Order: sequence, then C-alpha cells, then structure tokens
Amino acid sequence: MSHAFRARSTRHRVVVAAAAVPLLVLAGCSSSGGDTGTTEITFLTTNDAPNPEVADALVEAFEAEHPDVSVSVEIRPGGAEGDNLIKTRLSTGEMADVFFYNSGSLLQALNPDSTLVNLSDEEWVGSLTEEFVPVVSTDNGTYGAPLGASFAGGIVYNKPLYEELGLTVPETWDDFMANNERIAAEGDGVAPVIQTYGETWTSQLFVLGDFANVTAVDPEWAEQYTAHQRFYADEPALLGFQHQQEVAEAGFFNEDFPSATFPDGARMVAEGEGVHYPMLSNVIQTILQNTPDAVDDIGFFALPATDAENTQATIWQPNAVYIPKSTEGAELEAAKEFVAFVNSEAGCDIQNELLPPAGPYAGTCEVLDSAPPLLDDIQAYFDAGKTANALEFISPVKGPNLEQATVEVGSQIRSAEDAAAFYDQDVEKQAKQLGLEGW
Amino acid sequence: MSAATEVRAARRRRTAARTSLTQRATYPSWFYLPAGVLYLIFFAIPTFASFYFSLTRWTLFDVEFIGLENYVQFFSEPQLSRGFTNTLVYGFVTSGAKVVLGLALAVLLTSQLIGRGYLRSVVFFPVLVSTIGVGITFTALLDPFDGVVNTMLAAFGIDGPGWFTDPNMALLTIAAVDVWKGLGIATLIYIAGIVAIPQEYFEAARVDGAGRWQQFRSITLPLVQPATATVIILSLIGGLRSFDLIWATTGGGPGFTSDVIGSVIYKQYQAGFYGLSTAGNVILFLVVTGIMVPISILLNRKAVEL
Repeated sequence: MSHAFRARSTRHRVVVAAAAVPLLVLAGCSSSGGDTGTTEITFLTTNDAPNPEVADALVEAFEAEHPDVSVSVEIRPGGAEGDNLIKTRLSTGEMADVFFYNSGSLLQALNPDSTLVNLSDEEWVGSLTEEFVPVVSTDNGTYGAPLGASFAGGIVYNKPLYEELGLTVPETWDDFMANNERIAAEGDGVAPVIQTYGETWTSQLFVLGDFANVTAVDPEWAEQYTAHQRFYADEPALLGFQHQQEVAEAGFFNEDFPSATFPDGARMVAEGEGVHYPMLSNVIQTILQNTPDAVDDIGFFALPATDAENTQATIWQPNAVYIPKSTEGAELEAAKEFVAFVNSEAGCDIQNELLPPAGPYAGTCEVLDSAPPLLDDIQAYFDAGKTANALEFISPVKGPNLEQATVEVGSQIRSAEDAAAFYDQDVEKQAKQLGLEGW
Repeated sequence: MSAATEVRAARRRRTAARTSLTQRATYPSWFYLPAGVLYLIFFAIPTFASFYFSLTRWTLFDVEFIGLENYVQFFSEPQLSRGFTNTLVYGFVTSGAKVVLGLALAVLLTSQLIGRGYLRSVVFFPVLVSTIGVGITFTALLDPFDGVVNTMLAAFGIDGPGWFTDPNMALLTIAAVDVWKGLGIATLIYIAGIVAIPQEYFEAARVDGAGRWQQFRSITLPLVQPATATVIILSLIGGLRSFDLIWATTGGGPGFTSDVIGSVIYKQYQAGFYGLSTAGNVILFLVVTGIMVPISILLNRKAVEL
C-alpha cells in the first residue's frame, strides 16, 4: 500500500509541475502587455432584456467617442440575488467601475456615503428633475445619473378589447370591478385580470401601485410610516391588499396565474388573452421586443381609488448608474466620462431606441414622437398633477417578503388583513438594520 | 456543511479508535498538518466567526453588537415555524423513501437480471446531474398547463394538479423529485452492502428450505444494517439542510408553503440581514447536530452489536 502511495505521489508532483509552467508563462505575459495607453473600465448591468443590449450599444458609442478608453460589460442577476451581489462586491472593494442599480430605498441600503463616489460636482447634475435628485442623494451628495426614463405602476390594459366591449377607463375601484364583471360575462373567455406568480415580484402591484392613492388620502403617510406610526394593517394602506383579495375571490384571474411568468403576462395583455395587467408601465419594453405589432394597442390607467378624486398614478423613478469608491485615478476619470455619456445626446438616442420611455425622463433626454402611445396616458396624469412617487422613493423602509405575502393573498392562502399585518412585521427588520428611530 | 463536518469528524474518531488497536502510528503525526490547516481556515475559523456575527447587526459595511436580538427576531419570524415543520417533513419523507426504494432497487439489481449493469447505471444517472438543472427541468415538465406530465395525464382524461403551484402539493412534489435524484446513491450503498454478504448464508438458508422472502427478512435485512445506517444518516442530513432543489423549483413558494429553514435563511441573506441569517445558520447547525448525533450514535451502536 505504501508503495502504491509513493508511486502516485511522484506522478502527482510531475503533473503539478507541468501545470505550473504555463501558468508562470501566462503571468509573465499579462504583466508586460497592459501598458498601451488605453484605460480599461468595467460596466456592470443586469441580465434582463433589454439591459444587456443597452449596455453594449452605450459602450460601443462611448468607445467611438473616446478611443483611449475601453469598457467591458459585466452582467449580473436582478432582484434580491442581484442586491446581494452588489453589496458583496462593494464591501470587498471589487465592484465594477460603473454599475447600474436601483435608486431610492435600495440605493440607501448600499450606504452610499461610504461606498460610492460623490458626483455632485458633475455638469449633468443640474439637469436632473427635482423628483429624481433626492432618490439618488443623501445629505452629503448626489451619487447617480439616470439610465432609462421614469415609469408608472398601475393597470396596463388592452385597448381594442375595451373598445369591443364598450368599456371606459374606470376612475373608482367599483367602476373597475364592474368592468371586470362585464369582461367575465361577455368577454368570451378572456381573463379580466392577469396575474403572473411564476415570477413573484409581479404580485406586488396591487399594493405598491396603490401608494399614490394612499398619499392622496393621507399626505403624511410615508413620513409617519418611516417613524413607525402608520401601518399597512390599517386603512388606507390596507386597501391595496383587500383589492387584490377581492379580485382573487371573484375568480377574475387568468387560469394559469400560479405558474405564468412576466413575459407570459406581457404577451397575454398584448395579444388580448387578458384585459388588465396590474404592472409597471415599462412592461411596454418587453412587449416591444416580443410582440412589437401590439405596442399601439396598449394603454395605461392608475389603480383606481375608492373615490375618483383620490385616484393618482404611482411613479417609479428611473434606475441609475453609480461609481464605487474603489475606482480611482485614470479609471475614475474614464468612469465619470462614461456616466456623463449616458445622458449625452448620443446616449439619449440609444435610450430612446432600445429603452423606449414608459414615463418622463429624469435628466436631459427627451421623449420622441415615436414613443409608445401608452406614454400619453401617463403624461395625462402628470399634466393633471395626479402623480406621486412610489413608497420606496420616499421611505427607506421596505420589507423583503412583500412579494410572498401578496402571492399568498392572490392565491387565497392568507387573508388580506393577515398579510398586511405580516408585512408590517416584516419591515421591522429592515428598519432596525437601517438604525431608524422609533423601531 | 457543518453537519457534514460533524459526521466526518465522528467517523474519523471511530476510525482512529479502530486503527489504534490494530497498528500503532504508521505515519508521523505531522502528516495531519496540511489537512489540519485547511480544516482550520475553511471550517473552524468561519464557524467560530459565525457565532460572533450571529450576535451582531451586520450590513457588510459595518457591524454593531446587539446580543441575542437576532435569535429573538429569528424565532419570531412567522415563516420560521412553517419552515421548521417543512424541514422535518421533507427530511424524514425523503430519507424514508430513499431507504425503502433504495433497498428494493438494490435487491432487484443484485439478482440475476438481464441488462443488470445497464439498469444500475440508469438508476445512478440522476445523481450525476446538477441539482439546479434537475430543478429547472422538472419545473418545465411539471408545469400545470404546458408541462409534459399534465399534458399526458390530460390525454387519459385526468386533470393533473399544479405540482409546484398548489400549496398543499408543492413540498411533497419537491420531495419526490429529490428522491428521484438521490435514489442512485442509496441504491449504490445498498448494492455494496448486499454484495458483501457472504453467499454461504444464503446457501445454508436454501438448504434449510428458506424461501426468498425469508432469506430477505432474516439474512439480507439484518446484514445490510450498516448500509441502512449510512443511507439514513446521509439522506437525513441532506434532507434537513436541503435548499438548492427547493430554491430552483418553487423558491419556497407559493407564498411560504414550501419554505424550509435553508430557504428562510437564504432569504435573510438576500435581503441583506447578514447578522440575522448567520444566527439562522447557527440554529440550523444546532438543530441538525441535535437530530443527527443521537441518531448516528444509535445506528452505530446497533452496527457494532452485529
């Protein structure tokens, strides 16, 4: 036995030595080859369409303008998985030189003052809208430049079906339910409301998209919520949960709601398999990619409140690009140029082409006439002054399990009241983690 | 991981005890050094660091010591009680099924059978596939509307259930997939156990007029006891800290209905509650150790008696 062992160990040593030689050679190569005068930076974006395409197009145009900088694109997962990756890379100082991430409460959780480069002195900061500045800023500075336009959360609907059934855009919750009733009765098997719990985040719209209506009833809600004085378990915020339960109990969902995915939902509303899809208006980008002919058939209205006068559209501010503190020297300069480029004329052209706006821009970019018609529906709420930012842009408190709670309400596993109370408990962890007062 | 370490350590102790009786220190003790250093860096230090971090509020950017608050929080977590029950159900169901089915298949595959080698590899094949791959494949196969399984059931006029989407079925469906995937290992261990039983016992039994069932009951079953112990320990530990398959198929859903301790902990990580989730891991470590050490002692005592 010991013979066999020794023989193997000798052979092993040879293999290790053989493997080590090319490694040394490689190491020699890379250390001598780097110094050619170009600055190399990296840009981290998300993997969901069309973001990788947007990144590639931006990089290509940027490199054409800046031949001395070379940018490589990195891809990360979205959702909670992505949040985790961003936090880990930031805390280990290994973040890409420029990265694309949410604004609002998720940005605050990154502790921007200690992890990100303050961009307050950059030229483009002056052009940002006053709604956008606070969602990428702390008391000490501004950290991000918008990439993409703002978008609204509410009901995305199929206009031809509305015409066919002679329906009008509902202004109160009762009108909305009456429309659903009509669709169920006369719609020839078309689903009144589309839900897609195969991707759980899509289940939250009844609650999150209702927030502008909560603000209309109680303008101080968000502030008081952050101070632990308002709760989802009480009206008016509870209504979002209750509405979802009401629609579920009435049986208005598409048959395959437990397993359908977000692209399924986009297809269903585009092709008229369902009428209402409670969703973010930027679902239009998915529709444009998968069923481009249907883009003109898609309209938008805000989730209706109990009273018509309180019905407002909930607005999500755009995501943004940021530079981590770990980027320094020539790379930092190049990164700043890239961030500025995103909102330059050439950058805006790319945004308009590949990320068609589903709401107004937050920076210098301008909406083109060729933008999807759904945008007009959203603009109407802006013109009427009937919009409010989503909760995640006003309060840093957002619990991680809202999507599970709303799936449970929609699947009738848990009652609306129970789910709301559960969610109030869920946010406590986040508030404590942020060290907020009153929790 | 820590549970596996625990078992490995237990086994090492046993082996050490046995070898010290037969032969004395063939190798100098510094041979332990490389393994010892690796063990220290990758297991011992992180384990003790996790005990500390479980007592803190940790954002990765800064650490604040908060005593036992994380444990209080974790135990008041509403998903947790559900997760606990689900973990136990999942662990015992998969482990039990693997013992019964693994033994049955092993008996079959050690008998005189046409294409025995081929069948053995077919049974073992799912073990080689990546768990995430298996999860994604089964999500597609068991899709309640477009999935192959329900489409086939529909052809026979059966209305197939929402395997992964029905709150009452999700956990058991995942357990079934887990059994399909892990059965090969159990079968393999049993085959080794059965093959090791001397043929003379069976010959003697046949001479005494014992039937196949009697041979199985009185010879095979008691003599594969060490194999049974291994299968139970491995599959129970695997089941209790199961995570990847559940995450790849339902993500703990719908809602929280198929959450296990592992997925509850992972969700805390995702949400950025690093201290809280570390506390969860410490609890998982204690629970798995608490269940496995007595079982392992019990099973091994039996094995020694034989």
